[in-house]
Amino acid sequence: MNSISKLTPETGEYVIANVNVVDPEARKVFPGCVGVKDGKIQFVDEGLAPPRTPGPIFDGEGLHLSPGFVDIHVHLREPGFEYKETVRTGSMAAAAGGFTSIACMPNTNPAIDERSVVEFIRKQARIAGLAKVYPVAAATVGRKGEQLTEYHELVGAGAVAVSDDGAPVASAGMVRRVLEYAHHCGIPLIEHCEDLSATGSGVMHEGFYSTKLGLSGVPAYSEQICLARDLLVLRTVPTRYHAAHISAKGSVDLIREAKRDGLPVTAETAPHYICFEDRDLETFNTNFKINPPLRSAEDREAIIEGLKDGTLDCIASDHAPHAPQEKEVEFEEAPSGTIGLETTFAVVATHLVNPGHLGLAEALAVITYRPADALGIPGGRLAPGQAADIVLFDLEEEWTVGEEDFHSLSKNSAFIGCTLKGRVKHTILDGVRVTSMLERV
Amino acid sequence: MNTLTRKHLLGLDGMNAEEINLILDTAETFKEVSERPVKKVPAMRGQTVVNLFFEPSTRTRLSFELAEKRLSADTVNFSASTSSVKKGETLRDTAENIQAMKIDMIVIRHGAAGAPHFLAGLLDASVINAGDGAHEHPTQALLDMLTLRERWGSLDGRKVVIVGDITHSRVARSNIFGLITLGADVWVCGPPTMIPPQLEDLGVRIEPDLREAVAGADAVNVLRIQLERQKVNLFPSLDEYSRVFGINNDVLRYAKPECIVMHPGPMNRGIEISQDVADGDHAVILEQVTNGVAVRMAVLYLLSGGEAPEGKSDRRELRTVREEPE
Repeated sequence: MNSISKLTPETGEYVIANVNVVDPEARKVFPGCVGVKDGKIQFVDEGLAPPRTPGPIFDGEGLHLSPGFVDIHVHLREPGFEYKETVRTGSMAAAAGGFTSIACMPNTNPAIDERSVVEFIRKQARIAGLAKVYPVAAATVGRKGEQLTEYHELVGAGAVAVSDDGAPVASAGMVRRVLEYAHHCGIPLIEHCEDLSATGSGVMHEGFYSTKLGLSGVPAYSEQICLARDLLVLRTVPTRYHAAHISAKGSVDLIREAKRDGLPVTAETAPHYICFEDRDLETFNTNFKINPPLRSAEDREAIIEGLKDGTLDCIASDHAPHAPQEKEVEFEEAPSGTIGLETTFAVVATHLVNPGHLGLAEALAVITYRPADALGIPGGRLAPGQAADIVLFDLEEEWTVGEEDFHSLSKNSAFIGCTLKGRVKHTILDGVRVTSMLERV
Repeated sequence: MNTLTRKHLLGLDGMNAEEINLILDTAETFKEVSERPVKKVPAMRGQTVVNLFFEPSTRTRLSFELAEKRLSADTVNFSASTSSVKKGETLRDTAENIQAMKIDMIVIRHGAAGAPHFLAGLLDASVINAGDGAHEHPTQALLDMLTLRERWGSLDGRKVVIVGDITHSRVARSNIFGLITLGADVWVCGPPTMIPPQLEDLGVRIEPDLREAVAGADAVNVLRIQLERQKVNLFPSLDEYSRVFGINNDVLRYAKPECIVMHPGPMNRGIEISQDVADGDHAVILEQVTNGVAVRMAVLYLLSGGEAPEGKSDRRELRTVREEPE
């Protein structure tokens, strides 16, 4: 068998053998091999016997192999903030982190509110060739909450959802129109759930630690008020609705109830909400300044519970790059966000799989087919005929996150210094090992 | 223990009783220096201290500067009333520039909580927090505790009531951390809109009724209503505030007869504190100011590596400077 590092883009037909295949949808992990032909999965076989194939066989060295990961909430910052991240550098981060499909948020400058911006991002993504990039269009022009964008036009150009992310859709009246019109286009609304009047000047979760640190607090109900408002509207306008970056226990409860009532709701949380809490802000480290904020221990437990019982469908990184000069300031002045594409998988492995909250296949479901289904995009499944988007990872490798590890243009990671167990080794996009292109960079 | 092992004074949160008492003991010795005809000892000769004030301050800056001068440190002042971001230069750049001029200590007052912690992470110099946003103001709490200790010897079991806007008060937070560490029984009273959530988890008792709060108190620490800090209206009017939460002689009748009244200043007379209380027998407000210089001398001295004097010391660095050498 050949070393997988010999897998070049010219290899049209090949087999990766000696791997533990993870099939998140079937909830199965089994020793086997995967055949790839012309960028598509040809077969997935159980057992260790290498199959007959006209192409080369590559040795997976006992690594785990899963469908390429899917992250439906990243900020690529292009156009407008290319000093923070570009479609290319964000795609590099995705490839390094095992993500083959990512959806990028519209809070760029200009916002993704016109066909030309959607086309531009998709073109940049094609040139980079490291990940499939699905633009999320602005729900309203300029994300101002006043005028609907041209959904049909935007979807025609390749947008897969609408959102005013970075801010909530401004009013209940506008949410109604967004939902009605999105329904007609067959796309979901991705809502950034926040009541801005409840947030006020808050910069961290309101609770014991905001009191102790003298920082103004964002109450958990800031998220819940907006979510509850939307869910009430949703009861009269049944359309696909996806709640982004859920952080609070009360929100998990609201979503659980909405799902029980049969509303077409999906929801995501982010890796930082499963491993950090408001107490981590005691150092005033601005990489922990995130919106919505890192919440209490009770909230963190409820988020994990929500992932376990399926109330929360998926994990998305909310990858939010900011330049060092923006983050190296007083806590109150710093912009919100942490990068995450390159650490999400390891956080899932370390904080969900290792403690036994979720089995490996169940845990990978939240970063493969379930986020893909939430947006209705392809990816996240290992099935013959599907694009050969594959990730190989070492579940045992321990590593300490350092700034130098990142391919992202920005280094503002809350995970720097964390020791994580589980590391992506190879990412394959349409049959091509894209991680080899990172090595050359 | 007769030296401080920590490099910075960022807050009283996490400081143990031994450290606090070391600072207060040292301050008592230094108090005597300010009574001398020549108010100067050579303890910090050759050391440079920068007072970096990003918020307007009169008494704290004056107090630090006097403390530094009485220890023979070289001092420079830097004042900027706007935040570093608005000014165009980042706090980091400002600090690194000052560091490049080889200074030993930075005293920082800043409107943002955590700004001193940010500097401490960047610089070689010792950092003293002279007030960061609504977070901490450790030297104010230390001078309050020195004032209390002078009255009673020990703070153990003494009832201290903090009255006013707790949410926006760094004085309240530092006092709460320090007083609880020294064993005091800390009560808090103020408009419910100015009591931050889960405050009781810090170990204080919250009493909404001012008279109940003050009942049997050994001390009342009256906070300044910081009109400039309020981003939204947190109480209906100053008039109503003074009627419900103002400290006057009628309220003080509920306290112990020997109860002392403190105020970090500057006072809004007739609002949080009545004229007759401010000028009356209970008030120790000017003692606080005197103690402020001594406490800051102690903090500067100990952080510069100084040893706490054993009783009345005749150690060289604490002898009066008779004349400048050279």
